[in-house]
Amino acid sequence: MDKNMKILVVDDFSTMRRIIKNLLRDLGFTNISEADDGSTALPMLQSGDFDFLVTDWNMPIMTGIDLLKAVRADERLSTMPVLLVTAEAKKDQIVEAAQAGVNGYVVKPFTAETLKEKIEKIFERINS
Amino acid sequence: MAENNQEKGITLEMARDMLAALEEGDSDRAESILEQMTLANDSELFQKLGKLTRDLHDALAGFQIDSRIVDLAENDIPDAKERLNYVVTMTEQAAHRTLNAVEESLPLTESLESQLKSLGNSWQVFRRKEMSSDDFRSLCLDLDAFFDQAGGQMKTIHSDLSDVLMAQDYQDITGQIIRRVIGLVQEVEANLVSLVRITGQKFTSGTDMKDEEEDKIKAVGPAVPGVDTSEVVSNQDDVDDLLSSLGF
Repeated sequence: MDKNMKILVVDDFSTMRRIIKNLLRDLGFTNISEADDGSTALPMLQSGDFDFLVTDWNMPIMTGIDLLKAVRADERLSTMPVLLVTAEAKKDQIVEAAQAGVNGYVVKPFTAETLKEKIEKIFERINS
Repeated sequence: MAENNQEKGITLEMARDMLAALEEGDSDRAESILEQMTLANDSELFQKLGKLTRDLHDALAGFQIDSRIVDLAENDIPDAKERLNYVVTMTEQAAHRTLNAVEESLPLTESLESQLKSLGNSWQVFRRKEMSSDDFRSLCLDLDAFFDQAGGQMKTIHSDLSDVLMAQDYQDITGQIIRRVIGLVQEVEANLVSLVRITGQKFTSGTDMKDEEEDKIKAVGPAVPGVDTSEVVSNQDDVDDLLSSLGF
């Protein structure tokens, strides 16, 4: 796993963005940008060279699931690994995210250990 | 003119006619005028009663159609209470979690600080070459112990700080819950306003009804985004449909 990879953290709550950012920093990742919803995240993803997207689901304007679908539909972004970190925990939602092509799904509230595990799993699978 | 007045009820003319008939001793004519007067009065009463009944029916129909109000009272309000209780529990837990971590870490930083101070003093004595070989031996042991201890203490402090960090996730989760409750409160408010309008409209004309429909769309549309809006709109469509099926 490349610790210098460029990560975009998307959440409408700045506190959660800070938590995830700090956890990622703790895991050794330092190249982290933030966006507060899908509609601001998508142009950043399209114009920047991000390697990994961590996004919330429930956000105003453009939700995380719509962002995921937009990423998968974009030729240049379609293979980007996406981790959903969300309080949405209905079975249907998880199934929908899976069908939309999510790489990992973390339900809030989560532990630092869970986040670490999921991220490692995602990149293990990609690199194998 | 006379006919017009007759429709509206007892006229001065009719009263004068009746008085004249009585003065003339024409009781038949007086009675017939009295009958006319009563009839006119009755028909007006019936008209008013009919209108009142129709308005009441409208109001009741409007009231029943908005089943969302019942749903709000039966499900959403108790639901919101539970949600807010959950917010209280979560914020309490987060506060305790943070305080626990701080209470554990603060004494550790104090102990590290005092150990560093004492080692620093000994180190200065050593640097000034004023230390006896016994004291130096004791300093070496102290340093060994410090290296052993400090590593563990720093680990504990790091884990406490991580705990403080994670405890802040309550803000996101409770924030989402509170936003939902705010949406609910706005919906209740909108429904109460329309309820007041529906009941307050019993004695007003049909044009006010139109105003109410327009206001409802205006007030609810931009105020409550997402699911709430569509629900209110669909309810209003149902109201409109039923109203038109009743011929209004």
